[in-house]
Amino acid sequence: MPIISSPLSGRVVSLAVDPQTSVSAGDALLIVESMKMEIPVEAESAGKVTKFLVNEGDEVNEGQPLVELQ
Amino acid sequence: MTQAMAYPPQSSSSLRPLRRILVANRGAVAARVIRAAHKLGLEVVAVYSSADENLPYLSLADQAVHIGDGPAAASYLNQDALLRAALDSGADAIHPGYGFLSENADFAERVESAGLCFIGPSPRWIRALGHKTAARALMREHGMPMTRSSALLPDQIEVVTRTAVDMGFPLMLKPANGGGGIGMLPVRHADELPRAWQQAQSTAVKAFGSADLYFETLVEAPRHVEFQFLADRHGRVRCLFERDCSVQRRNQKVVEEAPAPGIPREQVAAMASRLESILGAIGYDVIGTVEMLYTPATGFTFLEVNTRLQVEHAVTEEVTGIDIVSAQIRLAAGAALDQALPDTVACTGHAVEARIYAEDPVRFFPSPGVLATFNLPAGDGIRVESGYCAGARVSTYYDPMLAKVIAQGPDRAAAIARLATALAHFEVTGVKTNIPYVLRILDDPEFLAGRLDTQLGARIAAAATRPAESAA
Repeated sequence: MPIISSPLSGRVVSLAVDPQTSVSAGDALLIVESMKMEIPVEAESAGKVTKFLVNEGDEVNEGQPLVELQ
Repeated sequence: MTQAMAYPPQSSSSLRPLRRILVANRGAVAARVIRAAHKLGLEVVAVYSSADENLPYLSLADQAVHIGDGPAAASYLNQDALLRAALDSGADAIHPGYGFLSENADFAERVESAGLCFIGPSPRWIRALGHKTAARALMREHGMPMTRSSALLPDQIEVVTRTAVDMGFPLMLKPANGGGGIGMLPVRHADELPRAWQQAQSTAVKAFGSADLYFETLVEAPRHVEFQFLADRHGRVRCLFERDCSVQRRNQKVVEEAPAPGIPREQVAAMASRLESILGAIGYDVIGTVEMLYTPATGFTFLEVNTRLQVEHAVTEEVTGIDIVSAQIRLAAGAALDQALPDTVACTGHAVEARIYAEDPVRFFPSPGVLATFNLPAGDGIRVESGYCAGARVSTYYDPMLAKVIAQGPDRAAAIARLATALAHFEVTGVKTNIPYVLRILDDPEFLAGRLDTQLGARIAAAATRPAESAA
């Protein structure tokens, strides 16, 4: 099952889609804020979001798993 | 520790004696203000958040006061904590630096109401020029050249679309309370508008607390050229020439230089003189920068006024020999312009500044972490401003700027060569930096030829991500 990991350290400010949503490659899945910038974390391929592994407000590290896609 | 002395001299009745300044900021600008204030014989109170308690400049201040936790809202944006620190430490003035509260009119008013000197323009100017459509209206009234723009747009997409069609595309959709290039979106066709409208509103609310948006006619591939001003509280204004800040990433400046290459000097001088007249007529005071767009076809057109010291002030300092921060302090204390500046100011040689960010040099993602190595470059004509040292943590809470490296030389080519050499010797490990990206800029044929525009940074970044195509 593909896992999308965080490309940077920061804080999850919002989840961009609901679980079980079908997404296309390039769609924003969640927004991570770091150093006064908001960076959208995007789906690398089309699929369905099965589970978010983090919540809004969580601090995350670079490389940390964020989302499971099916 | 410096020996405190009253400044400016108390013999002049219009001058406000200052003894101790609190710097309501962090990092490179805090270090810079400490240096300027000590040069004037003033004591300095630095403030720090829990995330910044080990930064090196704190030991240069005469006193350092803890003001709260790491998130800026709990420390550097906490007006109550800053005012309490100033009053408890016996400061008689507050320097806001840049960013944070530097353009917050409410804060400036509170500083003055507490009987302290705010080292910046009068709050009325911060308020009047902070709102973009109001600032444009004021400046248009005084003859400032500018492109067409709309009034504030209502939250009705049908009306917004009609306004756009009436104005004609391409347009730039901009937050009215914005700044720093945040939230601006180009719109080239009517069908792009609904999505752009939604996105711009969302960004504007998050970044500036207001959904107010307006249109400006989009100038394609302009240069970003700005004019530095110092002014006294008696209507006298002096322009300290211009800076070219066209090289940007994500609408934020990366490389700045003075003078602006390739623009006829008589055109620059005429614009500077006109701006001095306008700002003098409205009674603008202390410090500011008028940001403008430039193309050979349109000439200079007004963008906005930044009512504060700017990151790139050092470029102007290097070509004029003026200590802008010291002059800002003296002017805020009531000094006349001729007390703060020499009779004539010349622009000599060339200076180029690079902002070194903790970020991935290709994708520009932030790269917080601990600076395992941080060896600043040095050499003839090289000046470095930084708030960090080896072992310091670069936090996720604040902007990613690690340092500014400024190179000065007799001409543009010499300054660029010095900057490239310095950056090649800037050793940073523990976080990623944009140094490889800046080195690509400094080696780019368009940049070297002075063919600058606000899309150049993006073109250089894009070229780096498709090496195979470039080689083909």
